[in-house]
Amino acid sequence: MNDEPTLTPPEEESPMSSVLRMERMPHIWCPGCGIGTVVTSFAEALKKSGLDQDKVAVVSGIGCSGRVAGYVNFDSIHATHGRAIPVATGLKLANPELKVVVISGDGDIMGIGGNHFIHAARRNMDITVICINNFTYGMTGGQVTPTTPTSANASTTPYGNYEYPFSMPFVADACGATYVARWTSLHARRITKSIEEALNHKGFSFIEVITPCTTLYQRRNRLGDGLDTLQYYHDESEIRHGADTRETAIDFQGKIVMGKFVERHKPTYLEAVNERYANVIGDDYQLYGGIPSEKEKEKKAKEQGKAE
Amino acid sequence: MRKTSAEPKAVLAGNHFMDGDHALAEGALAAGCRFFAGYPITPSTETAERFAERCPHVGGLFIQMEDEIASVAALIGAAWGGQKVMTVTSGPGFSLMMENIGLAAMTETPLVIANVQRGGPSTGLPTLTAQQDMMQARWGSHGDYRIIALCPDSPQECFDLAVEAFNLSETYRVPVFIMTDETVGHMHEKVVIPPAEEIEVVERNYFTGPKEDYRPYKFDGGIAPMVKAGDGYRFHVTGLVHNEKGYPVINAEQGKINITHLIEKIDGNADKIIRLEEDGMEDADVVVLSYGITSRIAIKAVLDARKLGMKVGALRLITVWPFCEKRIAEISKTVKGIVVPEINYGQIVREVERSAAGRCKVISVNHTGGAVHEPEVILAAIQEAGK
Repeated sequence: MNDEPTLTPPEEESPMSSVLRMERMPHIWCPGCGIGTVVTSFAEALKKSGLDQDKVAVVSGIGCSGRVAGYVNFDSIHATHGRAIPVATGLKLANPELKVVVISGDGDIMGIGGNHFIHAARRNMDITVICINNFTYGMTGGQVTPTTPTSANASTTPYGNYEYPFSMPFVADACGATYVARWTSLHARRITKSIEEALNHKGFSFIEVITPCTTLYQRRNRLGDGLDTLQYYHDESEIRHGADTRETAIDFQGKIVMGKFVERHKPTYLEAVNERYANVIGDDYQLYGGIPSEKEKEKKAKEQGKAE
Repeated sequence: MRKTSAEPKAVLAGNHFMDGDHALAEGALAAGCRFFAGYPITPSTETAERFAERCPHVGGLFIQMEDEIASVAALIGAAWGGQKVMTVTSGPGFSLMMENIGLAAMTETPLVIANVQRGGPSTGLPTLTAQQDMMQARWGSHGDYRIIALCPDSPQECFDLAVEAFNLSETYRVPVFIMTDETVGHMHEKVVIPPAEEIEVVERNYFTGPKEDYRPYKFDGGIAPMVKAGDGYRFHVTGLVHNEKGYPVINAEQGKINITHLIEKIDGNADKIIRLEEDGMEDADVVVLSYGITSRIAIKAVLDARKLGMKVGALRLITVWPFCEKRIAEISKTVKGIVVPEINYGQIVREVERSAAGRCKVISVNHTGGAVHEPEVILAAIQEAGK
């Protein structure tokens, strides 16, 4: 008699299946890479945010991080190199009920797309930008980027980087971003919380996540594997909410100041457009984007008051 | 394709005295364009200014972007957000747009770009006319793809072809260029804007079936319907070679399917797309082929030649791309020569030579830009061709 129990693996659905295009797995990212952590945090944050997932759109540029748009199960555009932010701008303005999120890398957003980044921040465009900063162009083989710390080795700075890097939170702050935070990929729960806050923030929100590129940046600089990098993040990161963004520069293997640096409120681009037109044109102006005017809001409030 | 008429509130029906740049903006509004992202550049800026002034009255949005790269990027985003979209530029800006024109071609995103041409290369002759971007319009972005390009010769046609550009763009899900020039752009003439109900507008074809059945592309010869971000279809589009679901597939086999489709959807419909204007072609010994502002100079030369007893036909390209190669091949069998005046160093004449394939003389009347031709130069070429 054979009474051995038959073992069948439980058919469990991945907790990520509602937010990822599971048919596209496995993804292209290397073991030890931090992009997956950010995607997981993004997925968690979205679930917690209570946003209608049909109204979320993701735009990415080019590079390893640029592939995020192709794996998340939302309306998504994989744009050209550096152009995710203007594509997101068009998407948001065409359909303001959307929550538009840009997820891309440091080379894409701060290098070739730097001009778009500063202008979207200046306009307080109501989008969320998540920059996965691994200090390198990974897809093309480990070249120096505008955020690579001085003295770090890259394939195009084989004798060490002699340029001054950008601190992205400082740039974002200076250009008018209304939410600015930085974390490392070790701090998954804090990334999640920050993304949730950013998704519910009105205006240009920016989150930088420092991540390892073990295949290129870490290996070329003899910094060990992914775990060693997380140890570095653990030992050298310091949470300083509200820190002056002028003091957020990152030296090679130096201290990483992180936290929520900026949270302020001012009219978004579209609010400013509507306010201006309504003031100048007057009652004839229909607010763009299906937004009820102040008068309509008052009328509605009065009606509700009567009903109660 | 669902055809409707224009939305009355956006149509300034009536007789106007208007320049070509302004007529472009009015045509776009009549066609249903409600999103314009642009960057100022002479001699096209008036179109952007007009749109900026008009849009708050018609439920539209104008945004001045940081550059022309961002302008076309924003158009692509806005098109997938559900808007009909347009920008306008001139040579240097057109160069910057090429990157995302490729993305629009690859993602089959409908959008309209007007290029009010000025003299180049580089900063060139910013305030003076030219037709030097005709080949750039066709080949400017890297890789193999197809676009449609129209060429208005008057402010009236700027209006008319702006409407047609949007209709073609929606029908074939392709970038459509209006290749006008500084002269037409700044020339004031009578422009008749018909009542809204007389303006035929092609509405975007939206998919309405079950979510799991949606495919952003159709590679079997058809044009797939689109969806709008936020409608729950969770589409994905990419500049990478992709399958009908929009997912990247990086191999030669898929590249063949994808790229062949981009080419065939235009080449295969060329007869339906191409519009020409012909005059006196029946017994012509010589044909003057021209487009845009040059056709208005050419007609003077044609009339002068006829006075001299020559049999001269006039052929005007309203559609420049796709090129009317079949018609040129036909003509080349019966005429002695084709004269091609254009305000460049000989661009479209290459297409004429290719299509005529040595069956008749092809004479280029080139011009380095900054002014239109003297009709006498064209007349001399007609006489040469008739020998």
